[in-house]
Amino acid sequence: MPIELKEYDPGAFFDEMMAAKNRARPLAKQLIGLFRKMDNGELAGRQAAAELAIKEMGVTFTVYNEDEGMIDRTWPFDIIPRIIDHAEWEKIEAGLTQRVRALNLFIDDLYHEQKIVKDGVLPAEVLKDSKNFRPQCVGVKPPLGVWAHICGSDLVRDADGTVYVLEDNLRVPSGVSYMLENRLITKRVFPELFESYAPLPVDDYPTQLYETLVALSPRAIRRPTLAVLTPGIYNSAYFEHAYLAMEMGAELVEGRDLYVEKDDCVYMRTVSGPRRVDVIYRRIDDEFMDPEAFRKDSILGVPGLMRAWQAGKVGLANAPGAGVADDKVVYAFVPEIIRYYLDEEPGIPNVPTYRCMYEEEREYVLAHLDELVIKPANESGGYGMLIGPRATKAERQQFAQLIKRNPRNYIAQPTLGISTVPTVVGHNLEPRHVDLRPFILSGKKISVTTGGLTRVALRKGSLVVNSSQGGGSKDTWIVDTAG
Amino acid sequence: MLSRVAENIYWLARYVERAENTARLVRVSSHLELDTPRGIAPGWLPLVEIAGLHDEFFAVEREPNERNIVRFLIGDANNPGSIISSLAMARENCRTVREVVPRSAWERINELFLFAKENTQSGLTKGGRDAYLEGIIAGSQGITGLLGSVMYRDAAWHFARIGRNLERADMTTRIIDVRSADLFPDDLLESRSLDTLQWISVLRSLSGYQAYRRHVAIRVSRSEVLVFLFHDSNFPRSVLHCVDAVDESLGELEDKGLPMRRTHGMQRHLRRTKVGELDQSSLHEFIDELQVDVMKLHAAIAEAYFPPPVTLEASA
Repeated sequence: MPIELKEYDPGAFFDEMMAAKNRARPLAKQLIGLFRKMDNGELAGRQAAAELAIKEMGVTFTVYNEDEGMIDRTWPFDIIPRIIDHAEWEKIEAGLTQRVRALNLFIDDLYHEQKIVKDGVLPAEVLKDSKNFRPQCVGVKPPLGVWAHICGSDLVRDADGTVYVLEDNLRVPSGVSYMLENRLITKRVFPELFESYAPLPVDDYPTQLYETLVALSPRAIRRPTLAVLTPGIYNSAYFEHAYLAMEMGAELVEGRDLYVEKDDCVYMRTVSGPRRVDVIYRRIDDEFMDPEAFRKDSILGVPGLMRAWQAGKVGLANAPGAGVADDKVVYAFVPEIIRYYLDEEPGIPNVPTYRCMYEEEREYVLAHLDELVIKPANESGGYGMLIGPRATKAERQQFAQLIKRNPRNYIAQPTLGISTVPTVVGHNLEPRHVDLRPFILSGKKISVTTGGLTRVALRKGSLVVNSSQGGGSKDTWIVDTAG
Repeated sequence: MLSRVAENIYWLARYVERAENTARLVRVSSHLELDTPRGIAPGWLPLVEIAGLHDEFFAVEREPNERNIVRFLIGDANNPGSIISSLAMARENCRTVREVVPRSAWERINELFLFAKENTQSGLTKGGRDAYLEGIIAGSQGITGLLGSVMYRDAAWHFARIGRNLERADMTTRIIDVRSADLFPDDLLESRSLDTLQWISVLRSLSGYQAYRRHVAIRVSRSEVLVFLFHDSNFPRSVLHCVDAVDESLGELEDKGLPMRRTHGMQRHLRRTKVGELDQSSLHEFIDELQVDVMKLHAAIAEAYFPPPVTLEASA
């Protein structure tokens, strides 16, 4: 049986490939053309082949399951790529570059003069109640003045086609390894499409990451020692930690492999004695990084690591304290932050956001809980949210109480009709909601991944794309359609 | 190279080797069973003894019959020495050192583990057992071969080689010990064809039958088999060959003083013992000493290179 595209109906949402029922967008014509000729058994066959390849390649993420404890789960992947026009991508890239440049200036300002607060652009209370502001970082001057070397910003497209930044992840954003692996798998599954589309390559990322990191080395030596610090194999992103270490030829270390000497330098325990570490790409949250400086009960960290960093004896990426800009209330101020530091208009808009700390905005939120998405300031992975239209009355009342008790901790946004992409469901294609997480590297220069990681909510109607909650991913193609 | 990584690579190689050896052992016993007349077959219990899992086995099973023992050795995830557990541990160890081992090696180990897991049921049937074990053996050899042909000869490689050879030496001594115990010990009785059959099975468990016939003798005799399996440094599963390989790799590492004293001691011990002339009880004693040597060598390597064991005090 041929694939049934006549039944494909994205409804009120913007579909990235189909302009309307049975009408492909120009950039999707060849892809859709291929499907029209393809038997639906073959479609399912290619999906199965991709899943087998992922399993054998051991591309996994770790989840916690009540019955089995920590389990290593195969990465869910959908074979249909998401295609973005190069001209549109260039605008997004410029917008992200601008955004991250401003955020780094912002973080640096917060740990030094706090001009933005003195000038009344950012209310002092936002800073005062920030969970991720680290007093230990005040006055520290990291190399190049950069704090967030690796940023993952989540983008969504609304029903009218506008692309918004939904959030910025400046602590330990993950997903880039899946972006790279997805491309390898798509090459195996749809080789014929690569000839006609020639999507721009993505595999330069590990080299760029390497260069961004070694630029932080305190020693001017030819090959500084670079380590990726992981919490260990039970961390959900362990695969990625190992993957990036491998790609960069770096050591993958755990806290217990490292120690800080009296000279404030960081050493690792090797079979030929101690060896100094120059730069650490740490994939451990601030709080667990150093039991001397932060949480005393952390067994994942390295005692003295903060001291070493403050003394300029080791490069840390991201810098401790960079998460202050990860706060969702700070997010609401990013357009002002861009204007303040760069004197430019934001290239990519924020999702309209209500800040419950302001009475007028709070009143609006409380009166419209059934229409809005409520987010706490410092959670990630989709936890602790209220999706108003789907919540019960009791849940809405509970959130109303939470907001009144701690207005600074909540923001609200309208429920977006985020865009869809055709996705394999059984033997056919159905629309599923997607977002996009590009990764932005900041060092001597700023570079953005070509595309990023497209995450897809595999459950029908679901808007939750997180892999811990039933999300999968797709390859993302930036394609030149002008030529 | 990180101490922790060295330890994980060492165990990764040991577990792969252990899975292969266990598969060989079960396979050869299955074949032996078919060759021996009803009623006088040596039975399956020696396999559990070889693996050193007597107590573990009787903790879960009462009847040491073929079905229970094969299940215990192949697919029992609670038996730390089973094929499935060995491969699970190999995979876990590999997962923690993915950046050091070649990517394709990780993929092969992952595949082999999945193969072992998904085909356990068929491996437990009489008809499917041989193909299953062959899959495990071929898969393990594939991994060993892959590491040999693509891995950079740095410390990681040497720790893999040390782990593999220590495990192999250990298994060779165990197989000789247990298999020779239920043989008729006297050379006088050697002409008995069943006895010969068992020595052939010892050689086969170690993939040494063909080499023995080609390089030692056509006739299989106890004393010559023992010399071959302990002393022939050209046979890659002989105890001496394994110890030589460990010694050679230690030579490429730093801080090797203590572990190398151990390997040198073992080499001397092996060379001065005329294994062909040992009667059964002296042979058993000699093997006991060698196994203690293997444990001490492991301890010396751990002491020299691996991270100190995590104590509650250190992590508090």
